[in-house]
This record gives sequence, C-alpha cells and structure tokens, in this order.
Amino acid sequence: MAEAPFGLLAELTHRCPLQCGYCSNPVELVRRDAELDTESWRRVFDQARALGALQIHLSGGEPLLRPDLPELVTHANSLGCYVNLVTSGVGLSRDRLRELASRGVDHVQLSLQDATRIGNDRIAGIKAFDRKVEAAAHIREEGLPLTVNTVLHRQNLDNIAGIIAMAEEMGAERLELANTQYYGWALRNRAVLLPTREQLAHADPIAAAAQERLRGRMEIVYVIADYHEAHPKPCMYGWGARQLTVAPNGDVLPCPAATVISSLKIENVRDSSLHDIWHNSPSFNAFRGFEWMKDPCRSCPRKEIDFGGCRCQAFQLTGDAANTDPVCSLSPSRSTVDLILETEMAPSEVPAMAMRKMS
Amino acid sequence: MTTAVALDAVPHIRRGVKCTYDQIRGAHVVLFPEGVLVLNETAASVVALCDGVRSVGDIALALGDVYAGVQPEDIAELVARLVERRVVDVDG
Ligand code: SF4
Ligand code: SF4
Repeated sequence: MAEAPFGLLAELTHRCPLQCGYCSNPVELVRRDAELDTESWRRVFDQARALGALQIHLSGGEPLLRPDLPELVTHANSLGCYVNLVTSGVGLSRDRLRELASRGVDHVQLSLQDATRIGNDRIAGIKAFDRKVEAAAHIREEGLPLTVNTVLHRQNLDNIAGIIAMAEEMGAERLELANTQYYGWALRNRAVLLPTREQLAHADPIAAAAQERLRGRMEIVYVIADYHEAHPKPCMYGWGARQLTVAPNGDVLPCPAATVISSLKIENVRDSSLHDIWHNSPSFNAFRGFEWMKDPCRSCPRKEIDFGGCRCQAFQLTGDAANTDPVCSLSPSRSTVDLILETEMAPSEVPAMAMRKMS
Repeated sequence: MTTAVALDAVPHIRRGVKCTYDQIRGAHVVLFPEGVLVLNETAASVVALCDGVRSVGDIALALGDVYAGVQPEDIAELVARLVERRVVDVDG
C-alpha cells in the first residue's frame, strides 16, 4: 500500500480577481456552479485527515471569494491540520484576516507579481499592488508567518533584487521565487514568458547571494527555469507520494497540473472516497515508484532524485506521459525544447499576453 | 550545512510551527509551512522541552532521567538539525 499523504491542496475555486498570464490553472477553468459546496469540502477534509494528511492548503483561484472560507478554516483546524491560506491578498482586509486567524489559519502565502506597482499590476491585469502591501501589513500585525510567492518570467526577472527587497520589507519569513512552469495559461503564453539566457545569468547569482545574506532571517526557495537546464526538476517527492490536489469541481489530482494529461482518467470525490482514490485509482498508481519508467530514465541513477522529471511536461511535449521529461539532456526529445527556446525566448514579434479569464 | 549549537543556547519552537500527535501514524509530528516532520520518541521529548527557558544542557539533564546515556552533545546535534529544518530557533 502507498504511504499516507502529508498534504491536501484544496483548490476551493478557480475564480480570481487577478488575471495573471503565468497561471498554471487549466485554460478551461471550473465555473462557479460546478464548485463543491461547503458540506462536500468538509467531507473532503475529513477524508484527507483520515487518510493521513496533516496540512491543508486553501488555495484557488482566490479562496477569499468563497463565502464559506471561515467555516472551512474552522473545520480544517478542528481536525488538527496545519492551515495554510494561499492568496493574492486582494480582499484580505484587516477584519477578514483577524477572523480567519482566530479560526485557525496558521500561515499565509501571498502572491506578488513584481516589485513595482506598474509591473505588478500589468502582470495581474488589475490594480492589486497597494492591496498586497496592505495585506502584508495586516498579516504582520496579526503575527502570522508569511511566505511571499513570486512567479518569475521574462517580464519580471530583471527586477529580482527589487522583489527580494520587497519581500523583506513585507516581513516575510520565506520567499519562493519560482521560474514559470509551462502548464495551462502559462503554456499558452510561453512566448511572452520564457526568459532569455542573459536574464537568467543575471538573476541566478542575485538569488544565490540573497540566500546567503538572509540566511536565518528570510529563507529563499529558488525554483530553476527548467527549459534552460540539462536536468529536469524533480516531480514533487514522486507521483502520488506526499500530496493530493482536489480541484474546485471535486476532481482529485495526483499533481496540480495533472489535467493536462488527457489520457489520465481523473476520479472525483462525488463518486469515490479519497482513500480509495489515493490507494487504488489508476491515476494515482500510474507513475508511482519506478516500474513505469522507460529508458533512459529506467537505467539512470538520477531517477531517485528527479523521478524522471515532470509527467505533465512529458505528455505535453512528447505525447506520452511515461516518457523522460524532454528538458533532460538524455531525452531523445530534447531537441523539441531547444527548438522552443530558439523560437520563443526572443521572438521577433512578441505576442500579446492572453490574460487568465473564465470563458 | 548544520551550524553547531552551544550547550548554553536556549531553543524555542519557531513562530508558525505546530507540534501535535497524529493518531493515524501513531507518532508526534511537527507541522510547519514547508512540510511535516514525523518525530521519533527522543526527538519528540526534546521538542517538548524547547520552551524558550531551558538551555540545551538543561534539556539533556532532564532527559538523562528518562533515557540512560543521553549525552548533551547528542541533544545539541538534534537541536541543530531542528534549527536547520526551521522548526526551532536558538537564543544565545
Ligand atoms: S534520464 Fe530520466 S532519471 Fe535520468 S536525469 Fe534524465 S529525467 Fe532524470
Ligand atoms: S507531474 Fe510535473 S507538474 Fe505535476 S507535480 Fe510532477 S513535476 Fe510538478
């Protein structure tokens, strides 16, 4: 039997006041009338805890758009879970935060699109910068630990030093600087988002120096731009190993981006229990362990480190999710990625960003 | 890279870190933003004594009554690992 999961990523809604073009949510967003109701989410939390989950990440979209968020926080907390609120900060007034904190939010993850008002709001598609700064102040006043999350790409990578300074100013204990991963909206916008080699060569040492300088004060997690690397990023701690995701409509995903693998039959909490899905479903078992691997991964010593890279990326770029992640230099499809880099890193005509919207 | 922790250093649980017992796994666990740590018995006893008052030396002394052969250096090393995982902070 597979080991129990540690975390549940609960995507309460896909609705969001922001329209970031780097979003990894699927292009077909779940509409409001298809969202799970309060009772169903409570049941999902119960089942996740019974299965072994100890962390519940309340995410989206923007979870603050769910009127039942306070109730759901209370419920997650009553189960003894660590409650993490993942938010854009838009709509997080002082009173709202106070109430959520008193009901048991343990930690807040706040997104920041860029270090300047203009840059931030251009990426977000709405005026969000000032509200984020205010939200950070409320979080600090309330004494909650804060992680700032910034997704990096061609439009903001040059401002990495400013983003780090901003997170310090906001009083963050952690900063996640994650280069864009190309699923969903981000894939559609890849030619606007892919950074150049010069940008990365400038940014990487700044991140490394800040990690050193801020050690013990603010932890910086830096996620590499994998298209530009010789080895893929590791897939979590392995597929179906540590965490599960429940989408707004109750779809249960082995990885947040798993809907891109259209050959994968996705289960839903309306039809089966999380226990059953975690342990017995074809989707969670598809890439567990190492048996499913083909060469070159199968005979490669790095498989214990990177699990053959990203299944979603393998599917998107090679058509078979069981293939080696094509960003790997050992993949027979690496040339696909090189061609993308060549044509999309600095396209002669940059397309307009497709802003994230419900269709 | 683990930084050494002195015997007179006073460890405390970091803000935002929750210590609890998990009935499902039958183990003490530490919950924090970046993950979950499942503790063995010794680690759980040490974490329970990281109260911002006792020093590493005090903790070793207290645990010496419970576990035979507990060395202060072992406790210092365990605390250092908890600092590394950002579960515990030390003053002094
Ligand atoms: S061949 Fe597979 S396991 Fe080896 S480095 Fe590449 S992706 Fe990782
Ligand atoms: S399959 Fe890809 S997107 Fe999904 S968790 Fe693994 S690395 Fe991330």
